[in-house]
Amino acid sequence: MDNKFKEIVLENSDTIVQKWLDEIDAAKNGNYSVSISDELFESTNREFVNIIFSSIKDQGETKNLKEFAEKLINLGWQVSYITDGLQVFRRVTIDFILSQSDQIDTKYISELLQSVDGWVEPVIRQFVNEYSGNWENIVSLQRVALQELSAPLIPVIDNITVMPLIGTIDTERAKLIMEELLEGVIKHNSEVVLIDITGVPVVDTMVAHHIIQAAEAVRLIGATCILVGIRPEIAQTIVNLGIDLGKFPTKSSLRKGFIKALEITGRRIVDSGKKDDAMEELIDSLGGE
Amino acid sequence: MTMDLQSCVTIEKEWDIVKARQLGREVAQKAGFGTVDQARIATAISELARNIYLYTDGGKLCFEIIDNVEQKGISMLSVDNGPGIEDISQVMEDGYSTSGGLGAGLPGVKRLVDQFDIQSEKGKGTEIRAVKWVR
Repeated sequence: MDNKFKEIVLENSDTIVQKWLDEIDAAKNGNYSVSISDELFESTNREFVNIIFSSIKDQGETKNLKEFAEKLINLGWQVSYITDGLQVFRRVTIDFILSQSDQIDTKYISELLQSVDGWVEPVIRQFVNEYSGNWENIVSLQRVALQELSAPLIPVIDNITVMPLIGTIDTERAKLIMEELLEGVIKHNSEVVLIDITGVPVVDTMVAHHIIQAAEAVRLIGATCILVGIRPEIAQTIVNLGIDLGKFPTKSSLRKGFIKALEITGRRIVDSGKKDDAMEELIDSLGGE
Repeated sequence: MTMDLQSCVTIEKEWDIVKARQLGREVAQKAGFGTVDQARIATAISELARNIYLYTDGGKLCFEIIDNVEQKGISMLSVDNGPGIEDISQVMEDGYSTSGGLGAGLPGVKRLVDQFDIQSEKGKGTEIRAVKWVR
């Protein structure tokens, strides 16, 4: 029976394709593709319907389908284009076959529905898998990217290292911060580590607790931790919460913290005076012309 | 007294804490709080939400703007079906923690807001209502 239906569909593919295209075109206006040009929409529809037919013909032909899915994903088309399109195809095909049949009973209809579902479902499944695989891929890539960004450690000059923190700190990230911090202190032979929390939106007891623990751990391996970038509103909430950050130095800005770090490591910034000379020479030379 | 529609966040995962904080900050902004008070409100929400996340199987945080004739403010309601708190005076003490934390959460929240009510029944859950007024 299935083969007979298949025959009808393949023999009359032109009529079915035309009906399908008409329906899809009508659905376009009320739906997704507002920003898609008519030509692109038409050529994509043609390609789509060809893929559906070749999939019915060869059963489980996947290469073209994969390529087509990739193209749609790159174009940013929604998966609903695919699911709607296949739904329309199912309806149009069933309508057409019924209109071609002389005797119709319930058995016939049930077999017809089963056959058409059997053609359409693998295609839907494959498209949805392609799409969701793509999303999962993006999510996992972003997770890796985020993790790389989440606890950066920058050795600024000998013995001084900075860790700028931006964004929310959750338990997982707090763990990562601690690990990176301790590893970095040993690797870069740092005497002072500056933790910059300018970009941390909320410092609650959990975040404070993790920072205190990190600072304590840094102290245990023989370095000093300076907490910098404490904004005024954060300072007030820390006081309200009753958190004691008195065990290690804190500064309002990275700049002040850095000067303090130089002090701790027995250095200071000295003006070499060279820049002024160069400037004067420049002004002199300009005046001479 | 007129009240806006309540907006709630269900707390189940750790990232729901961030969601609650963002929503609360939005409501606080709408109510007309300055940056310092917004930070206080966000921090209080963070503590309340984290308590739900750490100690219960789930609960929710609801925010609404209170706007009566004399004053305007934000109400934060934390409701959970957790184990309840046996000794409330103990958890309101600074430095008491069962999870190895700083133990500054609830007493801290109380200091961050203007009104703080806590009700808890063992085995049934805890309900905390915190209100902060716009100054």
